[in-house]
Amino acid sequence: MEIRKPKIKSLPYNEFNDNEYIEELRKNGVGIITGVLDEMINWGRSNSVWPLTFATSCCGIEFMAIGAARYDFARFGFEVTRASPRQADVIMVAGTIVTKMAPVLYRLYEQMADPKYVIAVGNCAVSGGPFTNSYHVVQGVDKILPVDVFIPGCPPRPEALLYGMMQLQRKIKVEPFLGGVNKKEPKSHRFPAINPGEEPIFAEKYHQTPISQAGSKAE
Amino acid sequence: MSSLKALIQTICPEAVFSNEETGTLQVELSPKELSGLLKPLRNQQDLLFDYLEDLIGMDFGEKLGVIYRLYSTVNGHRIILVCQAANREKPELPSMTPYWAIANFYEREVFDFFGIHFVGHPDMRRLFLRNDWTGYPLRKDYDTSPEANPVKLDAEPLSDISPAVVEKSDGEVVEEDHALFEKDEYVVNIGPQHPATHGVLHFQVSLEGETVKKVDVHCGYIHRGIEKMCESLTYPQTLGYTDRLDYLSAHQNRHALCACIEEAMGLEIPRRAQYIRALMDELSRIQSHLLFYATYCMDLGALTPFFYGFRDREKILDIFEDTTGGRLIQNYYVIGGVSRDLHRDFVKKTAEFIKYLPTVLPEYHKVFTGNVIFRQRAQGIGILTREQAISHGATGPTARASNWSCDVRKHQPYSVYNEVEFKEILKTGGDCFDRYMARMEEIHESIAIIDQLLTKLPDGDYCAKTKPIIKLPEGRYFKSVETARGEFGVFIESRGDKYPYRLKFHPPCLPLVTLVDLLARNNKIADLISIGASLDYVVPDIDR
Repeated sequence: MEIRKPKIKSLPYNEFNDNEYIEELRKNGVGIITGVLDEMINWGRSNSVWPLTFATSCCGIEFMAIGAARYDFARFGFEVTRASPRQADVIMVAGTIVTKMAPVLYRLYEQMADPKYVIAVGNCAVSGGPFTNSYHVVQGVDKILPVDVFIPGCPPRPEALLYGMMQLQRKIKVEPFLGGVNKKEPKSHRFPAINPGEEPIFAEKYHQTPISQAGSKAE
Repeated sequence: MSSLKALIQTICPEAVFSNEETGTLQVELSPKELSGLLKPLRNQQDLLFDYLEDLIGMDFGEKLGVIYRLYSTVNGHRIILVCQAANREKPELPSMTPYWAIANFYEREVFDFFGIHFVGHPDMRRLFLRNDWTGYPLRKDYDTSPEANPVKLDAEPLSDISPAVVEKSDGEVVEEDHALFEKDEYVVNIGPQHPATHGVLHFQVSLEGETVKKVDVHCGYIHRGIEKMCESLTYPQTLGYTDRLDYLSAHQNRHALCACIEEAMGLEIPRRAQYIRALMDELSRIQSHLLFYATYCMDLGALTPFFYGFRDREKILDIFEDTTGGRLIQNYYVIGGVSRDLHRDFVKKTAEFIKYLPTVLPEYHKVFTGNVIFRQRAQGIGILTREQAISHGATGPTARASNWSCDVRKHQPYSVYNEVEFKEILKTGGDCFDRYMARMEEIHESIAIIDQLLTKLPDGDYCAKTKPIIKLPEGRYFKSVETARGEFGVFIESRGDKYPYRLKFHPPCLPLVTLVDLLARNNKIADLISIGASLDYVVPDIDR
């Protein structure tokens, strides 16, 4: 099936990597009537993504750098950084997440209003990075939250951060909104502990696994 | 040196002395002797050790213990005390909190990592890890497997009561409850997710109306266990972590560790490498202070300076990127020098930059420093006296704003700092405004240093040859450098292996965060933000 390609203003479609990801999202097709409405709503949603001002370490400085004049993420509609999770659409997990911080991060995520997105910024948030062997570091934020975009780098360059955020825009653009994202509700509010080797808790909770990870998880 | 030995020998006749000829006097004593020594050590005129430089927890193998580094700012002498607790099961040492304010946090850290109880400490809680953590991670027999401490997603309960270890008059040591906050106190939580805490720091603030009565600082939300990981890495591998401690002083942190290892090896560094290191250190000091300006102004509600600060900081990052390939974290210094030579445009670009920066700094002051709102929120707020600064172990621009001359570049010159001329910026007020101005004026001094270094920059090798496997001779090594925030120290205990037996970083920001409680008391809650921002701490450096 031919898939309508999402158009992102600043970058041609072919210059994005991982385009098969988008096809996965559109697998079940789009409703005829709601499709047009969806597109309009998603155009608005994708161009005003409000990030939470959240950073734990080094990547946070690069996050500030893209907020400043040289890289200026206001060009893409991300400039309204919110200090309250209630008003934020996306949480950019910038920096290492340690055991003590994990419940705090999890609560921040729970406090955000749906639809909400997670970007793992930097190697620490992707996999634990250089600290992966530590006794106190969570080995990747995907163990506790469903991650939409992974941005590797230690720290990622500002260009990489912008690219990652544009990938999120694409994801938002192809998602069915009516009957899709707007209906998504968490099932339970229990706080289980994660033991090593166990499935990430969101798999059960949100009935989804990050697609880009599905292959690598099997090993 | 010998007089110091004689003085201590009269108080503790059984103490063992070592290292008399080469450097700092090292004294080994029992816990009982130590508790008798503390008071004269702090108060006796000819000893007068008023600055507790570092307190290093150690697992000596059979016993647990602590290494103390003390310095006297009056007499200018330094001493190292080594004290081992009697047993592993219930290790106890006398607390230093009555004499040195900073010992409070240092001893909590040692308790957290080694489980040593300090008798007389008023607040024996863990500092970094969760209260329900099992085991003491820096002990050599600690079980590092993740099964022992799984990631828990339930919020950590905060208790208003903390245990204190007290010695009764008959010599029995008991644990007593000690109230942090009373029942009717109004306690507000600030952080760990709050834009004004500069990272993931958690303050419990007790308020009376708008006035702050007490601040309880909770650290550890970014404790990454770097020191434990370093124990299983070779020396060149440990270098990478220093950049990620205080990422705004990445070069300087790495400088400390490289210099410590080089000193231990007895390695001579090429002149050019020394110059390159000093140049990079000063450039990163400028970019750190520019970021301080940007964030301090933003915390007080001014947005324009944020863009000014970042605009000029990007120019320095460009210079870094040309040579090192990294913007924020450069991984540039290696043992023996630097990893590659300067970029061919480095000298030209840096010369241009140091000519450009003084032309825009007046603009910075015009847009912010004279502002009447800023003046009212900074002048006379959070006054730190010189004695408090020393007792709390605060260093860097914060201490120099309180008129304590503590610049490591002046007092223990390393690299080529004894070959350049610069002023140590000293202020007398000790308030937020002086801390701000001290940093802004340090930018000018750094520019002056860079200017001199650029004209003198010698040709030659940029890295000395080292063996493929680096082993340090047995011993204890200390080295400290001046980062943008204060004295950053490295302690290595080597047992002759290619791995350090114990590697301890002395973060400049941990003492700074202990000042928040002291300075914010009896001020308004809005001043807490101004005080915190003016101290300019970086949270991953506190937590390590």
